[in-house]
Amino acid sequence: MYKLPFEEINKLFEAVSLNTALYVPVKKNDTVVYEKYSENTIYAYDELNTVKSAKDFFFPQVQDIAQFKLRGKSIEIINNEEDYESFAVFGVRACDAKSFEILDKVFLAEPADPYYKERREKGVIITAACEKPDEVCFCTAFGIKPWEPSGDVSVWISGGYIYWQANTQKGLELTGKIKDIFNACEENEIEYFKAQIKNICGKLPFGNLDLKYFKETDEKDIFSSSVWDEIYKGCLGCGTCTFVCPTCQCYDIRDFDNGKTVERFRCWDSCMYSDFTKMAHGNPRKTQKERFRQRFMHKLKYFPMNNEGIYSCVGCGRCVRSCPQKLNIVKVAEAFSHD
Amino acid sequence: MTESLIPSVGVVTEIRIDTPDVKTFRVVGRNGKKCFNHMPGQCAMLSVPGVGEAMFSITSSPTNTEFMEFSIKKCGCLTNWLHMIEKGQEILIRGPYGNHFPVERELKNKDLLFIAGGIGLAPLRSVINYVRDNREDYGKIDIVYGSRSKDDLVDYQEIINEWTADKDVSVYLTIDRDQEGWDGHVGFVPSYVKELDFDTDKTVLLCGPPVMIKFTLQGLIEMGFDKAQVYTTMELKMKCGVGKCGRCNIGSKYVCKDGPVFRCDDLEELPDEY
Ligand code: SF4
Ligand code: SF4
Ligand code: FES
Repeated sequence: MYKLPFEEINKLFEAVSLNTALYVPVKKNDTVVYEKYSENTIYAYDELNTVKSAKDFFFPQVQDIAQFKLRGKSIEIINNEEDYESFAVFGVRACDAKSFEILDKVFLAEPADPYYKERREKGVIITAACEKPDEVCFCTAFGIKPWEPSGDVSVWISGGYIYWQANTQKGLELTGKIKDIFNACEENEIEYFKAQIKNICGKLPFGNLDLKYFKETDEKDIFSSSVWDEIYKGCLGCGTCTFVCPTCQCYDIRDFDNGKTVERFRCWDSCMYSDFTKMAHGNPRKTQKERFRQRFMHKLKYFPMNNEGIYSCVGCGRCVRSCPQKLNIVKVAEAFSHD
Repeated sequence: MTESLIPSVGVVTEIRIDTPDVKTFRVVGRNGKKCFNHMPGQCAMLSVPGVGEAMFSITSSPTNTEFMEFSIKKCGCLTNWLHMIEKGQEILIRGPYGNHFPVERELKNKDLLFIAGGIGLAPLRSVINYVRDNREDYGKIDIVYGSRSKDDLVDYQEIINEWTADKDVSVYLTIDRDQEGWDGHVGFVPSYVKELDFDTDKTVLLCGPPVMIKFTLQGLIEMGFDKAQVYTTMELKMKCGVGKCGRCNIGSKYVCKDGPVFRCDDLEELPDEY
């Protein structure tokens, strides 16, 4: 482990960005977003998390697939030459770091998604411990430790210092290139800081969210529970919850005719949208109830059934913060725990 | 292995008009060879740039080494477009996707009963011809096929000229309502199947519109069949074909990857959302 006075953090950013593109959370128009580091970048270290998750780095909102040129009866396929830059994302929180492992289960499963795979190989994840988890955070319900975030490198910002610890080969390589800027430090200097975070987490209202019902009940029984008949009411089908969610994976494939070629791309989609499963001859999810149910069944039952019990939620609280109708996964889990 | 979602070019070399709303398209790669190999029951993504992309079952048998065929019903944007094209048109194709009928395992040496309604013959035709081409590996073959009218029977010529000519293959055709020039059976598939009173030791492959599947399955159970003897295929909206876009699930199963072929007892375990 190394440390550096926090006021010299831009020295760290400079050093990293000499080696690889670097993205850092910054404040912009009252929200927090990732921005490519430049000398004017001001790291929003006291903001809990970015509005959108960090999944864009590996599963961008729009991904070009190919272009097609039509001439008479023939079609020419133009492959996209994509340069995958190597990059580092700084300040990822423990919940989002865990979300990549969940997305890996989808996109790296055979046959792997080459776009995701390439970006995953090129990206270094530098996580930051959460000094102040807030009342809608519930990552601990999924066994995540915000005082000990995973990632290629973990950092802690405490007592006027930033502490740096490499966890993986990628992390060690990056550390090797920049370690001249750091001071040495004792392993136990941040134990108290970690204990403080742990203490806060122990008091969070949803930190022990009860998922026993989903774990122990048969998928068909949860599916046909009458709880769904009421709980979805109010859902606008706006898809906000799916777009901010770090583990939502659904995508659409679309064509855009630019007048010269047809560009095929894929983009995020939402199971909350009415046309998501609509076919020419019907729609198996006819009302918002079915769509709402699908989102939570997927996260809390179907996904764990297919992935050794791992839930497709990391308790980041984004859907709790951003749903205009105050509907979210916590409400769903709680409604069933009283069932 | 990876899946880039990038299709390759396929050339439509032959278009057969089957019924007023079904055409069968023959597709090969630009090099004149088959675009890829598949197993009976598997599907391919066909698309036309700017029009759409959709999943279709491959109608031809894997034993056909020259080309692939797709029987496509006109029912939406892409299929309307396909119904307007002429021979020589290029389209985009990727695949194969999904599982297949267990022709090398559970179906081997069994007496097979194929039951199809309307365009439901498309996925079954692949297995039927596969089994006919590997005749010694399977028992007796019965085929029950029904449609709205005589004109709506897909592959009518092939059925009459080839399937009924095979010894060991019995074909039973039926149409919903009586029609001039038709001297075969009249009536719906589910009741015809019951009338035919098949031995219950057969393995059944059942494809067609959801209501037809539902009532036929009910009838089979009443006759003494077990759901574990019946295979069917599912059709849901698809985008990726590889279990990633999150679109085609029935409960915890993805139709594009865990299906499209399901055994009816396994299907029954899943939430009723299809
Ligand atoms: S749950 Fe909330 S955020 Fe999600 S689609 Fe419904 S209204 Fe929108
Ligand atoms: S479901 Fe909500 S709390 Fe869970 S990971 Fe997604 S946005 Fe975060
Ligand atoms: S078509 Fe994408 S998950 Fe099945």
